[in-house]
Amino acid sequence: MANPNGVGASVRRREDPRFLTGRGNYTDDFKRPNMTHMVHVRSPYAHALVKGIDASAALAAPGVVAVLTGADMEADKVGSLPCGWQIHSKDGSPMKEPGHFPLARGRVRYVGDAVAVVIAETKDQARDAAELVMVDYEELPAVAASTRAATPDAPQVHDEAPGNVCYDWHIGDKAAVDSAFAQAAHVAKIDLVNNRLVPNAMEPRAALGEYDPSSGEHTLTTTSQNPHVIRLLMGAFVLGIPEHKLRVVAPDVGGGFGSKIFHYGEEAVVTWAAKKIGRPVKWTADRSESFLTDAHGRDHVSHAELAMDKDGHFLGLRVATLANLGAYLSTFAPSIPTYLYATLLAGQYKTPAIYAEVKAVFTNTAPVDAYRGAGRPEACYLIERLVDIAAGVAGLDRVEIRRRNFVPASAMPYQTPVALQYDSGDFAKNLDIALPLVDYDGFAARKAASKAKGKLRGIGFSTYIEACGIAPSNVAGALGARAGLYESAEVRFHPTGSVTVFTGSHSHGQGHETTFAQLVSQRFGVPIENVEIVHGDTAKIPFGMGTYGSRSLAVGGSAIVKAMDKVERKAKKIAAHMLEAAETDIEVKEGRFTVAGTDKSLGIGDIALQAYVPHNFPLDELEPGLDEQAFYDPKNFTYPNGCHVCEVEIDPDTGVTQVVAFSAVDDFGNVINPLIVEGQVHGGIVQGIGQALLENCVYDDESGQLLTGSYMDYCMPRADDVPSFTVRYHEDQPCTHNPLGVKGCGEAGTIGASAAVMNAVVDALGAFGVTHIDMPATPEKIWRVIQDATPAMAAE
Amino acid sequence: MPCTVTMTVNGKTVSREVEERTLLVTFLREHVGLTGTHVGCDTSQCGACVVHVDGRSVKSCATLALQVDGATVTTIEGLAAADGALHPMQAAFREHHGLQCGFCTPGMVMSAVDLVNSNPSLSEQDIREGLEGNICRCTGYHNIVKAVQAGAEAMNADQAAKIAAE
Repeated sequence: MANPNGVGASVRRREDPRFLTGRGNYTDDFKRPNMTHMVHVRSPYAHALVKGIDASAALAAPGVVAVLTGADMEADKVGSLPCGWQIHSKDGSPMKEPGHFPLARGRVRYVGDAVAVVIAETKDQARDAAELVMVDYEELPAVAASTRAATPDAPQVHDEAPGNVCYDWHIGDKAAVDSAFAQAAHVAKIDLVNNRLVPNAMEPRAALGEYDPSSGEHTLTTTSQNPHVIRLLMGAFVLGIPEHKLRVVAPDVGGGFGSKIFHYGEEAVVTWAAKKIGRPVKWTADRSESFLTDAHGRDHVSHAELAMDKDGHFLGLRVATLANLGAYLSTFAPSIPTYLYATLLAGQYKTPAIYAEVKAVFTNTAPVDAYRGAGRPEACYLIERLVDIAAGVAGLDRVEIRRRNFVPASAMPYQTPVALQYDSGDFAKNLDIALPLVDYDGFAARKAASKAKGKLRGIGFSTYIEACGIAPSNVAGALGARAGLYESAEVRFHPTGSVTVFTGSHSHGQGHETTFAQLVSQRFGVPIENVEIVHGDTAKIPFGMGTYGSRSLAVGGSAIVKAMDKVERKAKKIAAHMLEAAETDIEVKEGRFTVAGTDKSLGIGDIALQAYVPHNFPLDELEPGLDEQAFYDPKNFTYPNGCHVCEVEIDPDTGVTQVVAFSAVDDFGNVINPLIVEGQVHGGIVQGIGQALLENCVYDDESGQLLTGSYMDYCMPRADDVPSFTVRYHEDQPCTHNPLGVKGCGEAGTIGASAAVMNAVVDALGAFGVTHIDMPATPEKIWRVIQDATPAMAAE
Repeated sequence: MPCTVTMTVNGKTVSREVEERTLLVTFLREHVGLTGTHVGCDTSQCGACVVHVDGRSVKSCATLALQVDGATVTTIEGLAAADGALHPMQAAFREHHGLQCGFCTPGMVMSAVDLVNSNPSLSEQDIREGLEGNICRCTGYHNIVKAVQAGAEAMNADQAAKIAAE
């Protein structure tokens, strides 16, 4: 009988009971004896000199324990928040890497930049006293828009980054691309903006610092996707705490979407302050603070051109992108608009020559870093919008031009002109499944029916590919990563046969406690309730790299497989000893160890007991215990891919767009838990629809004030903004280089969806001569497009 | 000025001396120690803080504890049966994978229960509009809508069984 909780089963999540009954343990839920509360004094100016800080009134306020500033941190030799990735410019020079201090030292560079903290007995007291801290600012000119920051007369964010340029980077073969354009029969062009977004995990960031003077140990409890990375960065670079004296715990975390990968200044401040005042210190962001200080995403301005022959075959792609990095380098910021963006510009197409230039600039805005998809949605959106325009230029159907240019499945593995090598994928197959699913043939009739109701209907395709499972350490290192990108796991059988798995991956909604347990249950035939998954605590788990880039199953799951391989090898030795057989004669199936050709066998539970009660062990050959650790460093990225199709209906009187249908056909390789995978796709799609139609992070360019600083101004997708979805996947193209054959599913929805929506919107507005609209396609923007076009059309 | 606030929370009378400005959510989380109710925003938009006050859903981040002095409050911790059996809506959220990170979940479930209590025959559109005041960033709402549909059916069946038994 198949294991009902094994691989491929939609096991209901084991983490749900605690979340559904209010028994989750999020960082803000923790209380410690004698705990204090910390509130930040943040800059109201986008750019200013801090001439002085007068904390006397705040210090005299009720309940106040301390007011601490950047000068106090400097006196204690606290360092700058480090950047984890180094990019080199075209000319070989390293990127500009200005200091980024947890509390500002003399100058603030964005609204929300931290100037001081107030620590008090209660949060209200700290908040009241923060109002009393008098900061003497001398305002400086500011710049928020990347386009203006890159101009010669723009205000300078950092003295050490002339022209606000962090780096000016490129990839690909420029000469080959120039020659492709020289031969082109058709050229498609686009100018587009990839709008800035705020990740908006529902749990605001929080951090709790503790110090035990008797042991000299620091503990940081924090809303992190990767506690070991925080321990390494904060311990080694910021606070100078040796790792054996620093424990970082990331308990239940309420969503991340990238924004909780990074080491933030608040984590260092609570850890440092807890020792300084001798009491636990807790900080929890208000949502307003999250808007101001969480790392934002996207914010690209791009120009792209695609050269084609007379039949619409792609010959060359040329891209120039200006990326906004914000005021300081967040942990992985430099890698996002370079190696996670430009390397994906081949898309699903066999374009032989590609050249991309990316200039990244500092501005007086919050730092910009990875947000769900991180570079790959920007690449997908650019290519898929450009391909739609190319179809118009070449006079081809939008499906046909894609088919004509797909990398065929027979060409796998396929080396792109921009560094990556796709291992597997059948892009035509995704499309073949999608077309009948969305009844593409019936679209014309549906469009006519909409027209009869006075509505404009459009359909849009997005055939995306992404690079996940980040990544081989040697490749990442060669590209500038300052960290390794493996994952760790330990599989520990207990004497009575139950299992604890320690994983370096971190779950903040992905359901690892279920999916990872399925792997173990399947492999050893252990009931799933006897498998415990432990993650998120540096005191418990081996050094792990955490969760981002859809890597948990492909890298973290593979590490568990490697550890299970070791357990099985050891168990086989023990079984051979117990059954008095040669090791080579032992056959293993789902935790049953049998002497070949006999009925002599043992279960893994019997073996585990023997491993811990080794009364009759050949100790020269065999150690007691059944507890194995493994690190898995992948050979390549994984390449999830698929076809998203969106259908919209626009009301021309109001400009309101309704997503009437959205279908996704994905290739994630093998699927362990379909229920969880589909849930990831749904959530991803809505973040993509949000970017396309609703969400936009807006700064006033001159003052640098954030104009969309709350849910009153920043339009989050709500239940009545989106439809239900049709989600399909196939497992015909498993990943060829990891033991599970999995590719990752966490970001695919977001990567594919925005382009599908916008291609549908532009299609719906085709009658008005529109070839492109920037996101978000708000009712106002669409209404204006229609109004501007209507008189011209009437005149014709 | 500190003041004394008394209310029934999940069937137990609780009385605490608090500042007048204390919000209901702060009262529940900090003073009563029920951390299942969450704070996800500061503009009364996200709904992570929804609890029931005298049987109706209320955003506890936009309610002073003093305002509900003497009221009966149910939080997510008080929704399941005394023997630990999940409320039909909680069970439906699990069955249909209507939650991922779990942070919006308590407010989402409390809103959904009140939605069904107010209208036993909800259409998909009713559910989507009814949950307009609860933001989820993880699920894309697809499975939440399915869960609320299933939860509503189960609640209605329970109600019918109760009436039949009487």
